[in-house]
Amino acid sequence: MPVLNPRALNPRAPNPRALNADTRHTVTITLNGRPRSGQAHPRLLLSDFLRHELGAHGTRVGCEHGVCGACTVRLDGIAVRACLTLAVQADGRRVDTVEGLAEANQGRMTALQEAFRRHHALQCGFCTAGILMSLSDWLERTPNPTDEELRDMLSGHLCRCTGYAGIVRAVMDVTGQAIPSGESAHV
Amino acid sequence: MTATQTVERTAEKPRTGEPFVGRAMPRVEDAALLTGVARYADDLPVKPGTLHAAVLRSPHAHAELLGLDTAAALAMPGVAAVVTGEDAKRYASAFLVGVRAPMEHWCLAVDRVRYVGEPVAVVLADDRYRAEDALDHIQARYRPLPPVTSIAQALSPDSEPLHPAVGSNIVNSRPFLYGDPDAAFAAAARVVTVEVEYPRNSCTPMECFVVLADYDAAEDSYEVLSNFSGPFAVHPVMARALNVPGSRLRLRTPPHSGGSFGNKQAVFPYVVLMGVCARAAGRPVKWVEDRLEHLMAATSATARRLRIEAAVEGDGHVLALRMEQTEDCGAYLRAPEPASLYRNHGNLTGAYDIPHLALTNRIVVTNKTPTGLNRGFGGGQLYYGLERLMNRVAVELGLDPLDVIRRNLVAAESMPHRTASGGLLDSGDYRATLEEAVRDGALDALKARRDALRAEGRLYGIGYAAVVEPSISNMGYITTVLTAEERRKAGPKNGAQATASVAVDPTGGVSVSVASAPQGQGHRTVLAQVVADVFGLRFEDIRVNTDLDTGKDAWSIASGNYSSRFAGAVAGAAQIAATRLRDRLAALAAAPLNTTPDEVRFAGGKVFASGNPDNALSFSRVAAAGHWAPGTLPDGQEAALRETAFWTPEPLKAPTEADSINSSACYGFIFDFCGVEIDRTTGALRIDRYVTMHDAGRLLNPLLVEGQILGGFAHAVGTALYEEYAYGDDGRFLSGTFADYLVPTAREVPVPVILHRETPSPFTPLGAKGVGEGNCMSTPVCLANAAADALGGAVPSLPLTPARLAALIHPADEPPRPAGSTRSPPARQPAKPGGRGLTGEGSREVPATPEQVWAILLDPKELAALLPGCEALELAGPNAYRAEVVVGIGPVRGRYTAEVALSDLDPPNALTLTGSGASALGTGRGTGHVTLERTDGGTRVTYRYSAEVGGKVAAVGGRMLDSASRLLIGQFFEKLVARAGGGSIAAEPPSLLARLLRLLGIRR
Repeated sequence: MPVLNPRALNPRAPNPRALNADTRHTVTITLNGRPRSGQAHPRLLLSDFLRHELGAHGTRVGCEHGVCGACTVRLDGIAVRACLTLAVQADGRRVDTVEGLAEANQGRMTALQEAFRRHHALQCGFCTAGILMSLSDWLERTPNPTDEELRDMLSGHLCRCTGYAGIVRAVMDVTGQAIPSGESAHV
Repeated sequence: MTATQTVERTAEKPRTGEPFVGRAMPRVEDAALLTGVARYADDLPVKPGTLHAAVLRSPHAHAELLGLDTAAALAMPGVAAVVTGEDAKRYASAFLVGVRAPMEHWCLAVDRVRYVGEPVAVVLADDRYRAEDALDHIQARYRPLPPVTSIAQALSPDSEPLHPAVGSNIVNSRPFLYGDPDAAFAAAARVVTVEVEYPRNSCTPMECFVVLADYDAAEDSYEVLSNFSGPFAVHPVMARALNVPGSRLRLRTPPHSGGSFGNKQAVFPYVVLMGVCARAAGRPVKWVEDRLEHLMAATSATARRLRIEAAVEGDGHVLALRMEQTEDCGAYLRAPEPASLYRNHGNLTGAYDIPHLALTNRIVVTNKTPTGLNRGFGGGQLYYGLERLMNRVAVELGLDPLDVIRRNLVAAESMPHRTASGGLLDSGDYRATLEEAVRDGALDALKARRDALRAEGRLYGIGYAAVVEPSISNMGYITTVLTAEERRKAGPKNGAQATASVAVDPTGGVSVSVASAPQGQGHRTVLAQVVADVFGLRFEDIRVNTDLDTGKDAWSIASGNYSSRFAGAVAGAAQIAATRLRDRLAALAAAPLNTTPDEVRFAGGKVFASGNPDNALSFSRVAAAGHWAPGTLPDGQEAALRETAFWTPEPLKAPTEADSINSSACYGFIFDFCGVEIDRTTGALRIDRYVTMHDAGRLLNPLLVEGQILGGFAHAVGTALYEEYAYGDDGRFLSGTFADYLVPTAREVPVPVILHRETPSPFTPLGAKGVGEGNCMSTPVCLANAAADALGGAVPSLPLTPARLAALIHPADEPPRPAGSTRSPPARQPAKPGGRGLTGEGSREVPATPEQVWAILLDPKELAALLPGCEALELAGPNAYRAEVVVGIGPVRGRYTAEVALSDLDPPNALTLTGSGASALGTGRGTGHVTLERTDGGTRVTYRYSAEVGGKVAAVGGRMLDSASRLLIGQFFEKLVARAGGGSIAAEPPSLLARLLRLLGIRR
């Protein structure tokens, strides 16, 4: 495997330490606003670190090769695949996960989460955390997406339950836009 | 009964007084799922000392397993045990098989592997990373056998038998005769025939399999937690495989599960495997399947070949069918198979009144992953044949396809309608439903649009499909595979027990528990609706638990999440249990209310006499009394604290002597039509409009019904257009990532127009029928019929990929395309169809004499230097070597032990170089023919090679294999040129591809 250079992903990261593959290293992140530390071998995935080292199970693992998007978290605000990120790459950085959405909203579900519920935008819920994290990043930059833009963005996530219709409706609703009229008409 | 269009459905706002059943209630499940606090199987705590399992899997489709050397793996840090087939034989038994044939399927391969991905050994270690490390250090020795990779091959008597004791790869064949088809065919004006093959695919839930297993040696019992979905008829199969009575296999399910669509039925061999592991290691064991394992080896829909002949009259009226179904069940017939083949036995004639049927069902085994339940199981396969046939009837007779459907639909007056093969279609007015869909779905406008677009020269077609959607499977239908004589010996099997328990607690709260093993559908929400209505309570007053514990909860063999049994059976059982408990409470409350039990009413959280609502007791007080003051109950009355109902549908009987079987309790009706456009240049199919009309009986929660239809439709779009579990000719698996197995995304799934009609089923307590599977049955063939209409006749096999459609659109004089696959870049030589077979040729000028080149090739030291990635080469015999080679393909780098041999030696003119290698990552073998020709400048070395790569590398690196192999072979000859004194390695500049791969780190 090619050696991943943390700076390749984040040019602002400090110079990479020479990490010993056989030892565990202390990794400290700001998880949803709170400092959390754990131990990680250099090869430990951020997804496994969050779930099994820190007990933050809200982030799900669906494919471990970066296609399905279930494990998406925000790293310094940017949506990334936790399964394609090493825990040591997150050291010293801010990680936001689905658990933090309501926490940051006085403990109540955000408008987007409420809209997901109203529009039946989830069934088994396994892909939902990743989609919410991608949307929370993307909607900050794209507050009024078109149906096509939204579907293009959502194509980075796989959902096997909903057929995506409820997700599109929820986002259109929460961004104050009409439900796409193209749904029933000729596309 | 008017059609309602649910284009935009949101959860309803709270209302009071009205029943909850029938309302679009938002789900109680959602808050936990949306905030990340839900607990799936992999989130649950494990016992201290739990070992983590990684499974070594076969790289071969078919091979004898000669031996395993686990010593090096056991010596790895953190490894506690390596479990092999020997342990399986010591602690377990082979699984029961549903047909009478001497086939053995073990949880670990014992002497032979029969599909790529078959479990061969398990490493148990302190963590998953270390367990996976150790897999690479197990040496497995195989002797490859000829693989069987298609239905056609399995039918051939010459194919290598997978199960030698059976003697054939046709493991079961059963003829059936209903009515007098021969007379009908003799009288018919025309015979119309279709022959189709339905591919392998799978619904691939986002959460993979999880098993936590522990063995209690003191009690000789197993405790397992798994996201197993049922059917719990498989529980006795698991217990028997573990050599314990069912009471000593305590199986629990987690509170949340990340989808199943039937697939999680197939976790059961791993329940047994991990039980064996826990017993062998003496410690608890946890296994979490990864995506490659799931795609490669979890389960698959059956592939099926159907040939159907219809005896038809001139007006399209179908008199009789002759049907042949050949089902590819993979390497083993794994319970509950042959469910996929027999699930629709009662509705083989679909929504049509066709009284005469001759049928042959065959089950074949192939060197592919065993098959199992998959949303709509068996229905997609059956209707793909039947509805293509109805379409062909119209085309061949020059009739409107819709008129042919109309002419043959079962009439409302004959409901409940007994089908030729014994199904009892319970209710519905199919013809009126169709007409409603035609009107409300605006078929006329769609036809006008087709005409207009065709006038512009565009490829546009309209397709139709009419099907019945069976729900609540009869536990006896699979025994139709047995002869009547065999069934008599085995004892009758029938019915479909659903269970539900309703209890009141000491505060008067109501809780419900069921054995429905939900996988995301929202069972808890619907059960709260049903039970709140019975007790006159608020929706939020009802607490529903759906995690199951077979050691404590009420369950039966039919329990679980499959065959759309929840709405009809489980919700009905909950209503029965709640009603019984309410009636018992009414009996106790009658005296204090000065009334009779039948006058007691429950509403608004109160209990009162019907004529005197003001004199009311609170529900919680009445309900809790049995806990706090049983001594004050009327004499002889038992406290009303808990009721468990078992309910089985009345119409589900065992197969008759004449093989008549009502395979499901009820049958919804679906009529779909759609318009598609096919891009003339690229072959891409676009769904322009899709209308789907359902009569699923009473809708308990329209929001959830819509979700089920949208989800089923999305699966069907994947099946029709994108998804296929692809295999090479040698059985290599080629779809091991979500970049290879193409699941439709938000860009590919349009939103269909959904229409409803509600004809309550007379056979279920709430009048509900299943609704979640239907589009997986109707939509693939509806799209195929539309494609056929667009293309003017023939349609390729599913999935209707752009490459396949383009091949039909463009005549053969167009440039050749890679057959059957769009995955690999065009090779200089076309690759073998559907496979990862690689071929190539080339030549180089070497500045040395043929004798010098010859000497290099035959010198082991020189050869070691030439072989890319060769780290060691030792002599294994005359001109035969054993080499340690490290090769990286795409993201996967592996160490191979390779056998290299030189043969056909014709010094100094020609030789053949053959090599085969194996590692934990897979296998490879190749042959190269090298000729040396003297030239003015030295020697022209000409080579021709063919190679095949299998296992993990083929499954996940397939897209890069062609180019990577060419690179490796190129390296060999570059070095040969250099060794031969040329020194000018850069005789040609590196190709763009080579530079790109270098950039990507695939090649340095």
